[in-house]
Amino acid sequence: MSGYFAEIFSGAKSLASGMGITFRYMFKPVVTVQYPHATLKMPERYRGHIELVKDPESGEPKCIVCGMCQRACPSGCITVAGDKLEGEKKKVLSKYVLNFTTCSLCGSCVESCKPGAIQFSREYNLASTRKEDYTIDLLQRLREQR
Amino acid sequence: MSVLASSDCKETFVLNLGPQHPATHGVLRVKLTMDGEYIRHAEPVLGYIHRMHEKMGENRTWAQFMPNTGRLDYLSALSYNHGYVLAVERAAGIAVPERAEYIRVITVELNRISSHLVWFGAFILDLGGFTPLLYAFDDREIILDLLQAVTGSRLTYCYFRFGGVYNDIEPDFITGTLAFIKRLRERMPMYHNLVTKNIILIKRLKDIGFVPAEMCRKYGATGPVLRGAGVGYDVRRAEPYSVYPELDFDIPTYPEGDCMARYMVRLDEIEQSMRIIEQACAKLPDGPVMAEKAPKIIKPAKGDYYAAVEAARGSFGVRLVSDGTTTPYRLKLRSPSYSNLSLFGEASRGMLLPDALALMGSLDLVIPEIDR
Repeated sequence: MSGYFAEIFSGAKSLASGMGITFRYMFKPVVTVQYPHATLKMPERYRGHIELVKDPESGEPKCIVCGMCQRACPSGCITVAGDKLEGEKKKVLSKYVLNFTTCSLCGSCVESCKPGAIQFSREYNLASTRKEDYTIDLLQRLREQR
Repeated sequence: MSVLASSDCKETFVLNLGPQHPATHGVLRVKLTMDGEYIRHAEPVLGYIHRMHEKMGENRTWAQFMPNTGRLDYLSALSYNHGYVLAVERAAGIAVPERAEYIRVITVELNRISSHLVWFGAFILDLGGFTPLLYAFDDREIILDLLQAVTGSRLTYCYFRFGGVYNDIEPDFITGTLAFIKRLRERMPMYHNLVTKNIILIKRLKDIGFVPAEMCRKYGATGPVLRGAGVGYDVRRAEPYSVYPELDFDIPTYPEGDCMARYMVRLDEIEQSMRIIEQACAKLPDGPVMAEKAPKIIKPAKGDYYAAVEAARGSFGVRLVSDGTTTPYRLKLRSPSYSNLSLFGEASRGMLLPDALALMGSLDLVIPEIDR
């Protein structure tokens, strides 16, 4: 019988100590960020969708249209095309489309790119209800950034 | 069982638990044959989110399967990354630099803590306590921030590579990790005061949901479920890989085999993981993080290879069959939750429904890993 009352006593004590903890935490500062009024800064290595890198000298994309990223991609979400202009030795990038709906941000494309022509963006506000919004024309995006 | 034996009620009914039920943590359906509030028979129905990961592996190159491994168990994705790269490295004979091994251990153990914290919060939530979840997520958030700064992602990591890791860690990461461990050490007593000593939790978990060692053997259950039944089996010690043999840590075991034992194993494992991280941070050598001779195109010699790691939920094994080409011939994934769930039918027989949910929560199931 004494065990019965001892358990009631210790049980009540355990509940009170738990309530004490939550009570103390009530007066501690808020740990969440009040998005969208405040936003977080994405770290240097944050993996947003990929983007093309500009050549600082010419202002053109660094891409040499080798197609390595396209081949490295596990889900085939990159489409690259290039034109061979007359009088020029190298191909010139004419199309770089990313289908972000199937991208899993593994980084295989960035890793496989020898000239370092693609990098991860820090874009994360990508919510949309339309599928087309995730087919991203990276070449056009680069031109608009100028 | 005694309850069923004494019951003279012949009438039973079928209760569907899931596939959309908060206590199943995903799309798991359990067909329960109930005798009043008691379970007569429980049959897990799987396959709602089967994505054919193994088949996908046969249709892409060895490296292209990497992102899939992060999507099996979303709570401890790095362990699964680790299991796969370990198997391929074994197959292709790639040596990993020591620094990369230490980075792998630090990140995997951080991921294990974050996984256990989510389990802790979600498990208490299953039992009807909402507040601890918020505290656990507060701590987990710091781990996610730390790992995000290194890997670039917060949940479905794809950080390890054959022969090393994607990129080196920064000194900030080590200081941040050690600061986090100091913080979590200070908070662990709070967790125990708030939850472990709580009389309601003790009443819900103690002597509930027996999973004895023999049952674990029968179904192949591993991880905290097995250690909660008193068997000190841990792949990190039983089949050492990476740099675990150089690190000093204990394998917490509790012989009771009830829900409380599994609960205590996981909380103790958080402490052990913190010890591992501290030692690994202290021992972290300089050097490259990627093997210089790692081939760009992987073509393992013909053969059958296996590697296992201790994931947060138990032993995760990868069996590879190579025919010497750039794609795997067969890729078999042995996931721990699948075995851990299999024993639910037998273990829950004769239990009260709310107790069975406590048992299910204590198994720490992650459904995408069961339905690969």
